[in-house]
Amino acid sequence: MKISLRREQHLELYYYMKLNRALEEQMVRLFRQNKIVGGLYSSLGQEAISVGTAYALEPRDWLAPMIRNIGALLVKGFKPRDILTQHMAKYTSPTLGKDGTSHFGDLKVRHVVSPISMLGDLIPVMTGIAMAGSYLGQKIVAMTWIGDGGTSTGAFHEGINLAAVQKAALVCIIENNQWAYSTPVRRQVPTQDLADRAKAYGIPSYVVDGNDVVSVYQVSKEAVERCRSGQGPILIEAKTMRMKGHAQHDAAEYVPKAMFEYWKARDPLDRYEKHLTASKLWDAQTKAEIDARIERELQEDLEFAESSPLPPPELVEQGVYCEGCHTIEPDWRRPKEELVPPKSSVAAVWEVEDFGAFEKREEPAAAAKHSTVLASGDGRRHPAQPSARKGKAAKTPTRNKVRR
Amino acid sequence: MLEAIRQALFEEMERDPAVVLLGEDLGVYGGAFKVTAGLLERFGWERVIDTPISETAIVGAAVGMSYLGLRPVAEMQFIDFIACCFNQLTNFVAKSHYRWGAPVPMVVRGPSGGGVHGGPFHSANPEMYFVHTPGLKVVYPSTAYDAKGLLKSAIRDNNPVLFFEHKFLYRRVKEELPSGDYTVPLGKAVVRREGRDLTIVSYAAMMHTSMEAAEVLAKEGIEAEVIDLRTLLPLDRETLLASVKKTNKILVVHEDTRTGGIAGEIAALVCEGAFEDLDGPVLRVTSLDTPVPYSPPLEERFLPDVQRVAAAARDLARY
Repeated sequence: MKISLRREQHLELYYYMKLNRALEEQMVRLFRQNKIVGGLYSSLGQEAISVGTAYALEPRDWLAPMIRNIGALLVKGFKPRDILTQHMAKYTSPTLGKDGTSHFGDLKVRHVVSPISMLGDLIPVMTGIAMAGSYLGQKIVAMTWIGDGGTSTGAFHEGINLAAVQKAALVCIIENNQWAYSTPVRRQVPTQDLADRAKAYGIPSYVVDGNDVVSVYQVSKEAVERCRSGQGPILIEAKTMRMKGHAQHDAAEYVPKAMFEYWKARDPLDRYEKHLTASKLWDAQTKAEIDARIERELQEDLEFAESSPLPPPELVEQGVYCEGCHTIEPDWRRPKEELVPPKSSVAAVWEVEDFGAFEKREEPAAAAKHSTVLASGDGRRHPAQPSARKGKAAKTPTRNKVRR
Repeated sequence: MLEAIRQALFEEMERDPAVVLLGEDLGVYGGAFKVTAGLLERFGWERVIDTPISETAIVGAAVGMSYLGLRPVAEMQFIDFIACCFNQLTNFVAKSHYRWGAPVPMVVRGPSGGGVHGGPFHSANPEMYFVHTPGLKVVYPSTAYDAKGLLKSAIRDNNPVLFFEHKFLYRRVKEELPSGDYTVPLGKAVVRREGRDLTIVSYAAMMHTSMEAAEVLAKEGIEAEVIDLRTLLPLDRETLLASVKKTNKILVVHEDTRTGGIAGEIAALVCEGAFEDLDGPVLRVTSLDTPVPYSPPLEERFLPDVQRVAAAARDLARY
């Protein structure tokens, strides 16, 4: 699939990455001024992943960010003021001060699900979004992220596996930033590519250079459209590096200095700026205009956040339950008649195609429906396994057919 | 009772295509207890979903579905297995509306309780883990009429409801149900038996034990008022306090283990709201503070019975 970007899209990617970084730099200043009441997590060096992946989604699609995906929230339409007020625990924040950081969402307009701090739990939730989207005929894709460490949870496994058997339109990005708090990835998972886990779920995967925003976007776009066409979930591993500690309190002294230096030389924003210049996609004036716009927007939102009040104490008891504050009505995009009798009625029997017989199993090479595609910064793309079949459009099985 | 629950699911699915079921072995097989028998035939593969053995994914997927406006009913094959998705329920589900205003209109239901020699992993009453979790509602019916009406209310509610079905009652409680649609409101207890001498509060299978004890006591001239809580969260304070103000004595009976059971919570709220009306201590008859044992003589010693309830009531009546 040839996926190209128009000039204005290239510039938009720059805008979001730069905004992501500038916003976080601003928040570090606020943290040092004690204006951020809780923790502050940095996505420095990982901006290309948040921005490049989320940029592949349509407005109707859903995402659920992790703690280092502020860039994805910006792409999906949240403003710096939302993120600033969240961190500063203000009454004007999306959660009114009830939760902090990127723990917020929007069911109605932006289609963003709020994460929780426990890793992995979002994956089954986003699988449910994809299943419901298909049920309602919405043709949506659900996207979420997980860290290298988060793939060690049971919830990750349960979620991906359920998505795989249900052929749910889920794109899950493993953001391999090499460190799970202070534990290196090799102590979490003994394989070189975390994307290899896809093989066990019988789903396709990609490995991409996570510090190259164009590659990240192209791979994500391809994955999103494959998902939308009904091929089931896809895993993308994006290789990157967490350039700060787990959070502000953590000086990350356990990281070898040379490792930081290696990755600093591959900073995603620097690389992208050079790419835009070398490809003559912008000039100094265009860059200056975008930078000035970002500075202006950030300044406005900073003033808004700083002048916002903290929540009134009596808010604490409000909103534990929905007491008529929400009207719940699904957005049906298919005839409901298909889902009620007589049309919905079926013969409740399993059909088992090959009886699970040993002698009928396909040879592993031929059975490899899974294919890992590598995408690197210089635009080289090649299948990881010579024997892997290219993304063959799998026929969606009828739901009672049990296939291997 | 089992058939009443099946009817509730059937009628709600008939009424609203946003209602879907998911869980282990509930489609083709019809569920371990056959609660969902026949629903797949009628409503199809998209609405009755056999899942992998993944409780966290079952509840997680139900949350995602509810965010798109569906009303999923997730089944735990035995309610003991709800422990496997404790995080999803207490952290994701329960806090969703409070944190970011996202309602979770889902039900998690499953067979619970002992008395059928199911052993330590098929007999649990884990309701209090969740009664201690703001944001959830917890329902535990004792009659077929209530089971149907409460399950319908739970499915139509905009909040996550845990619906406990006492498996001892599944095929033992038999009632004629009215034809046509009806609901029983969540959060409302009911007085099952009027009395003047003391109040016995209970729910689920122990409600029937308490009613039998009340019959025994009546023959001795002690008139017990029996209250069926039906919903444990939110707890119906008003009905409890009104009864205590009338009888001046209260005994709580539950099959859940003793320490941290709902009797402690009821004792506290009676002390807060009706201390001046009390003529005796708040007493409780509960299961023992042990896992649910397997062998019949052990389980019989573990569970409260009519004799123990009647004995405690006699003690209390003497005050």
